[in-house]
Parts: sequence; C-alpha cells; structure tokens
Amino acid sequence: MSTKVIVETTINGVPETFVCEPRQTLLEVLREELGLTGTKEGCGNGNCGACCVLLDGRPVNSCLVLAVEAQGREIVTIEGLAADGLHPLQQAFLEHGALQCGACTPGFLVSAKALLDAHPRPTEQQARRWLAGNLCRCTGYDKIIRAVLDAAERMQADGSAGEAALADKAEAGATGNAPQSSSRPTAGEEVRPA
Amino acid sequence: MKVTEKNGHEYRVIGTRPIRHDGVDKVTGRAQFGADVRLPGMLYGQVVRSPYPHARIKSIDTRRAQEHPGVRAIITAADMPALDTDAVAELGEGAIELKYASQLIMARDKVVYQGQPVAAVAATTRQAARDAARLIEVEYEPLPVVEDALAAMDPGAPLIHADLYTVTPGGGKAEQPSNVAKHIQYERGDLEAGFAEADVVIEREFRTAMVHQGYIEPQNATASWEADGRLTVWTSTQGAFSAREQLAQLLQIPAGRIRVIPMEVGGGFGGKIQVYLEPIAALLSRKAGRPVKMWMSRAEVFTGTGPGSPTYIRCKLGAKRSGALVAAQLYMVYDAGAFPGAPVGAGAVTALSPYRVPNFRIDGYDVVTNKPRVQSYRAPGAPQAAFAVETVLDEIAESLGMDPVELRLKNASAEGDRLVYGTPFNRIGFREVLEAVRDHPHYNAPLPERRGPYAFGRGVAAGFWFGGSLTSTVQLTFNPDGTVNLITGSVDLSGSRASLAMIVAEELGLEPHEVKPIVADTDTVGYTDVTGGSRTTYATGTACWRACQDAIAQLKVRAAQLLEADPDAVTFGGGEFWLWEEPQYRISLKEVVANLQKTGGPIVAKGIVNKLKMAPAFGAHIVDVGVDLETGKVDIVRYTAVQDVGKAIHPTAVEGQLQGGAAQGIGWALFEGYVFDGGVMRNPNFLDYRLPTALDLPMIDTVLVEVPASDGPYGVRGVGETPIVPPIAAVANAIARATGVRIRELPMSPERVWRALGGADQPASDDQAGETG
Ligand code: FES
Ligand code: FES
Repeated sequence: MSTKVIVETTINGVPETFVCEPRQTLLEVLREELGLTGTKEGCGNGNCGACCVLLDGRPVNSCLVLAVEAQGREIVTIEGLAADGLHPLQQAFLEHGALQCGACTPGFLVSAKALLDAHPRPTEQQARRWLAGNLCRCTGYDKIIRAVLDAAERMQADGSAGEAALADKAEAGATGNAPQSSSRPTAGEEVRPA
Repeated sequence: MKVTEKNGHEYRVIGTRPIRHDGVDKVTGRAQFGADVRLPGMLYGQVVRSPYPHARIKSIDTRRAQEHPGVRAIITAADMPALDTDAVAELGEGAIELKYASQLIMARDKVVYQGQPVAAVAATTRQAARDAARLIEVEYEPLPVVEDALAAMDPGAPLIHADLYTVTPGGGKAEQPSNVAKHIQYERGDLEAGFAEADVVIEREFRTAMVHQGYIEPQNATASWEADGRLTVWTSTQGAFSAREQLAQLLQIPAGRIRVIPMEVGGGFGGKIQVYLEPIAALLSRKAGRPVKMWMSRAEVFTGTGPGSPTYIRCKLGAKRSGALVAAQLYMVYDAGAFPGAPVGAGAVTALSPYRVPNFRIDGYDVVTNKPRVQSYRAPGAPQAAFAVETVLDEIAESLGMDPVELRLKNASAEGDRLVYGTPFNRIGFREVLEAVRDHPHYNAPLPERRGPYAFGRGVAAGFWFGGSLTSTVQLTFNPDGTVNLITGSVDLSGSRASLAMIVAEELGLEPHEVKPIVADTDTVGYTDVTGGSRTTYATGTACWRACQDAIAQLKVRAAQLLEADPDAVTFGGGEFWLWEEPQYRISLKEVVANLQKTGGPIVAKGIVNKLKMAPAFGAHIVDVGVDLETGKVDIVRYTAVQDVGKAIHPTAVEGQLQGGAAQGIGWALFEGYVFDGGVMRNPNFLDYRLPTALDLPMIDTVLVEVPASDGPYGVRGVGETPIVPPIAAVANAIARATGVRIRELPMSPERVWRALGGADQPASDDQAGETG
C-alpha cells in the first residue's frame, strides 16, 4: 500500500483532478477511476496501441505512462475526438468499414489523429509506418489504411486540417517521433517513425 | 470485384453497404465491452497460476494473503464442485469433457500446463488483489513434462492423465492408458491399387506451431452472486447461452438462476466460447457478497486460454500424368494441449474433401501434452491440413509441369461429390472460385523481376469450411413510429447486427436504419448458439427471414382490418399491404404498425432455426512474395482472396472477413508461434509473439463469387472461417516458386527460410527457429 497522490490535469479540454497510487498507470486511472473506458487495454505492456491517447498532443501508450506523469499536462482520449459531430477520421472509419470488433478502433483513431496532425497528407507507406504500433487482428488493415487516407483527403478539401505549421515542425523531427531522435522520449512515450 | 451468378433477383437492401448500427458507439468509445463494466461495490479479482507445466500440488497456503488489506475472498478448487462424471460440455464449436473443463477453471491436485489457475483472490482494488495473489503460497512437486505431441505418443512417455484411454476408430477403448485420446480414420477405395496407378507420388512431412487467436481484447468477466442465489455475469463471449450452460454445469446450479449478459466482444475467432474467468468471478462474488470484475493480462491470455492446435502431418498424394488424383494418405497428429479435444476431425475432413480422390486413408490422432488446452481458432483444424495437402498438390503440379490452378480444377469437388465421411456436397462453388482465380488479372500479371537479393514468386492455395447451422432465435417487436426491434441472441463479433438488420429491412420494405438490432441476454431471448463456425449470417439470418414472414402474416390480419377486407384478400410487397383484386386499396406497413393498438394490441414475431443444410464456402488465394535471399525475410507484395460467399449481404463486411482471415493466415505462415522451453512459454507478449502489423501487409484484394447455397435466404453462405484456410499454403508455395526451396515447418521465419536456403550449415535449433525477426 502506498500513499495516494493528487494529480491535476486536463482531459479532453476539461480540468480534472484525481487521486491515484504512484504505481497506477494512466490507462488504469482513465478506465477504472475516471470512467473513460473508451481507451482499451489490449496488452498492458506497450505492444498493441489499443490504449493510445494524446499527451500534450503526442501519441503515447497510456499503459506505459504513470498516472502521476499526467500532472499539469493535457490528455486527449477517444472520448474527446468528436467535437461538432464526428471527427472526419471517425466518419471515414464508419464509411469504409474500418472496424470489425472495434477493440483496436479507439487506439487507431487517436494514433491516426496524431498522424494527420503531423502529416496532413500522408502516403500509404507513411500511414502504415505510423500505425504499425497499433495492432488490429480483425481487418488486415486494408480498410483502416484506406479510411485514414480518405479522411486526410477530405480534411484537406475542407481545409479543416490546415495545421501546416505543426506539420513542418513534425517533419523537422521536433515531435521526437523519429526513432533516431536524439531527445530520448520519456517513459511511455510512443516512439513513432516520422 | 464481384462475380455474380444471375439468379433473377434484384434486391433493394441486400448487397448495399449501410453504416453499421453499432458503428458510432465504437468509433466514439461509448461501446461497452466486457472490461468496461462498473458496478457499485465492485471488487477486483486476480488469478494465481501455475508456473509449472506439470506438477503435483502439495499444498496451498492462503493465510498471508487472507490478512492482506482489502482482501475480501480467496478461492481454490476446494470451492468448486468436484466433477468426476463423464458428461460432456458442448460448446457449440467443439466440446470438452466436464471433468476436464472444471480443471481448466481451477486445478485440483495436479497442474497439467503452465498458466493453469490454482487459486484466485478478490480485493477492493486491483493492486491489492495482485499483491495478495503473490502472497498465496503454493507448494508444487514438479513432474516430467511432455511437450511434444509425437513424443507424447511414445508408449514410454510419462502419462498426463492416468485415466485416459484411446478411443479407437471403431468406437472402442484401448486397454492401456496413454496420451492419445482418440484415433480417427476415414477410408475409401483401395489405397495400394491407387498409388500403383499413379504416375507421380509425393510424400512430405509438415509441422505447424501452436498459435493464438490473438484477439485484441483479453478475456474478462464480472459476476454478481445475489443473496437469493441468482447469478448475473457480464462477459465478452461468443455465446451467452453456451456460457450460461457451462456455468450451470461447472457450478452445478440450475441454468434458470443464471443470467449471462453478453457485452461487446473485442474479437474471438473461436477463443471466446470456453469460459475461463466467469466461474471464478462467480465463486469469488458468492464468497465476498459483492460483485467481482476481473480481466486477463496478455501473458495470461497466451498461457491461460485456448490457442490453436499445433500439428504434425504426413501427406502422400498420387496423381496420373493427366493430373487426376488417384490416391491419398494422411497421417495427422493434432496436439490438444493438456486435455483431449484437438480439432483433428475437422482437419481430416477438410484436408481431402475439396478434391475427388477415389482411394484414400486418413489416420488422425488427438494427443495430450503439457501445454495450454487448445480451443477453436477460425476454421479449427483446417489451415494446418490445407498447408500439407495444398503444398503437396503444388509440388505435383510442378512435377507434372501443369498450372496449379488447372490441377485443382481437374480434381475439384462439385455438387454430389462426397466429403470424406460419405455425405455428398450440396451446391458448392469451388470450380467457380478456381475459374475466377485463373481469370484474375493478378494471376496473369507478370511477376516483378529479381532485384539484387530479392526474388519473387507467386503461390496459390485453396480451402473451405462447412458453414454450420445450429440453433438461432430471433424476435421482432414494433414501435409506433414504424421501426422494428430485432432481438437476437447472436452476439456481434464483427458487424453482424447490420447484416441481420438488412435482411429484416429487405423483407419488410424498410430502410436498414429503421431496424434496430439488439443483442439480448439469456433472460430475454430464446436459445441461440454461439457466434462461430460462420453460422451467424446464415443461420441467424435465416431466423430473421422467418421472423419477417411471421410478422407479415400477423400484420396482414391487421392490415385487413384497416382496409376493411378479408385477410386472404390482402397481399404484401415493397413495404405495403394491398388488396389483390383492388390494388388501389393499400396501406403501408408503417401505418399498420402505427395502428397496432387500435387493431388488437402489439404483435411479437419470431423466427427459429434449428437445422439448415450445410452451406460450404470455398476460397482460393493468390499471393506474390518477395524473398530476401540474403536474410530469409519474406515480404507479401500482392494478395488476392477469392471466395464463394453465396450472396454478400453487406459486401464491406464480407470483404473485411476475407481480408482479416487472410492476414491471420499470413501471420500464422510467417511470424507466429509459441516458443516453448520444457513446456514453459517463452514469448507470452505481442513483442515476441508477433502479429502482422500494418507495415507487414499490402492492401488485400477480394473477389466475391456468388454461387447461391442450397438452403437459407438469398443463397447466403457463412464466410468467416474459410479465408484463414488457404493463406499458409499459398505463402509456402509462393516462397517455393521464388526460391526453389520448400519450407514445411511454421512459422516460415527469416531464420528458417535463411537456413533452408543454405544460410548455415547446421539445422535450426528448435528454440530459435520459432522466434520471429
Ligand atoms: S494496452 Fe497494449 S499498448 Fe497499452
Ligand atoms: S477491429 Fe478487431 S482488433 Fe481491430
């Protein structure tokens, strides 16, 4: 038994304060304490991506982040993806049938959002590389990749992505997404090739 | 791309691609999967598992754990009814003897695989439960481990079960106990004469690894045992009724006291039929007087649930110069893991039934070892068998200088040809599938030129699955706004809600979104078998169709009242009732539904399916691989899956089944496999047991061939199992065409390919060969 810690954070744009044990993962606190069960546990050790959330805008596997690390940071979960209606990625997943059981879907959507934030016009190979940290056992990825590329195209057409500046920064490796990045990611941060 | 046999029907809804009904919930994180359940006062459960693959349990001391803060209950096998009967638990897809099923839940006296539960604890927090589990002291006396099935068959091998006697082909029992649970045999014609007739005879040995279904959502269960003896269980299961039946038998309580609420399921593929945590959560809840939730870690899923059977198969085929198969002999050893029940029967039947072979003999063995007890894995038993047969066929084609598709076409079974056990096939589309392969642009495209160390090859292979029926119940009720509730007992693993709703919409003249599919619990809907064996769209779909006919008959009476006519004078079509003789008098189904209260009150329509004819689905896959001859790494560069689907209700969903099955088969072929060391699994995580990622696969093209099934509406066939059958052999054949080297052991990892190419002098050591690169 250990002393509990108070953590102040922002989840899906709303300030949130919770109490947790220092050894609890962010995933467990999201799911079991805060009732945000949209984020899934597939492996608990960083190998499947089902628990992917954005931490200060960067995709991380929340099973590898301690809840206390959320102190003062901003978290976006699958529940925060839809703003006014569904996010174009969510819409594309529905239209392309990019999900079967749906267990991997929240992780893919969050991961794919990070991809499109960084690369508004990914190539198929870029999308496959970026999403290689998310396992799906049902679909064979075909429809997922198509949905992501289609969403990117639609967002471009709508001008709803338009975060070109962010994209440039990402290209420059500023998000630390390149595996050879010199700034070593802290525990739990997803290392994704840019 | 679609190849449709003209059958004179135009459908309004069938064959379209509406957004699935549960889609929005699943893309927004709202869908409630099993592990998402939260109840007031809920405790967390944790299982204590055996680190030994084979050991006697000398003692279990729970005292220290009992005193741990937060602990509310601890159970061992002593808390479970002892089941020494010979009764069998039918799982709807496979079966298991009850006494063995009971030991899968909790070991008694002896453990027979690593990961077998020996105790469980419930506490107020997950941390407390895990800490307490570590304080439970179990003393073991290790016993000799039998890891390999062939070694287990040796008469001198240590016995895993002292009371296991081989069931012989005639149904008798062997006199001495052994590790061979069952020997099955299928024969036809004169084997020796057949081989004597052959111009070419090829015999090869094949080995496949233990593989896991790899569903992303781990097993979970939440149970609440009420003070009055009622038990409610929330779980991710492929079949709520099967889970209820298993709970009733394992806990020895009446089924009527148990309510199983099926939650959304994060993948099953046959692995979520057997209960594991449900009875444990129930017993913990009874003891603690509070609800208990538990879920498995990924390592627990690997070692503590039921993977797909590892196999050893010897396959000998003989053919005439013309390509006609004349004889076949198969020796098939299927490893069941710790308790009998490997899918060798289905392996034997699917191995040879696709082809007309006048003379054959198949010997199949169900063998126990100290490994996890296998369960169904998508077309259980068939991919292993197809790996052997389809590879030897490819070699025969090569040695006859014949196109491999032509060879298959020459021998392909058609309607009237008999399965190996004697029953004739009804309508099947194997020839049509092979013709579609032969004529497909992919099959006729030139292969890429060799680039540096990179050589390319193309492989094809075929396979099928039976297309089961079993039992399904569907109920329809009607809402005042004209919408329909479709209440089914078939849990939705991959979007079957949409397909079922589309059938109802088609029949009642509604739009798909006007039908609300509801997956009901065991208290709410009639008995329905598991979602598995490719039966849901076929059997439950037929139940939907029947429920619609019932609804129309009932609504016709009400329509007649509203039209002030005799019911016999009323007919229905396109969502409207009208008078035969005076078609200007008509009323929409919606209007009839809106007026139900005025015309006699609500109606409930039902559709029940208990037995349909088999609706086999044949498939054949084309794959191009690139093999790096320096490293042995195999890349899938192009893939096309062709399958007879009868009628694609929701083509997107059907394509998804083909793509997903192909991907699983590719994983089985190239990457996946349990690595054992003395019965202990060395790679129980997704890093070392590698599923295919988005980076490992290309787009997977699909061709839906539509040859209507003999039974059921629209000619629909179940499609889910078949696509995992051809890929392993297709990939192996492609590697052979690329490199000239045949790999007959799975996985075809870079190391194994590299060694086969002569990359090292000594053969692969067992423990390294399974690892993936
Ligand atoms: S749960 Fe699999 S990566 Fe976190
Ligand atoms: S849809 Fe089931 S794991 Fe991806």
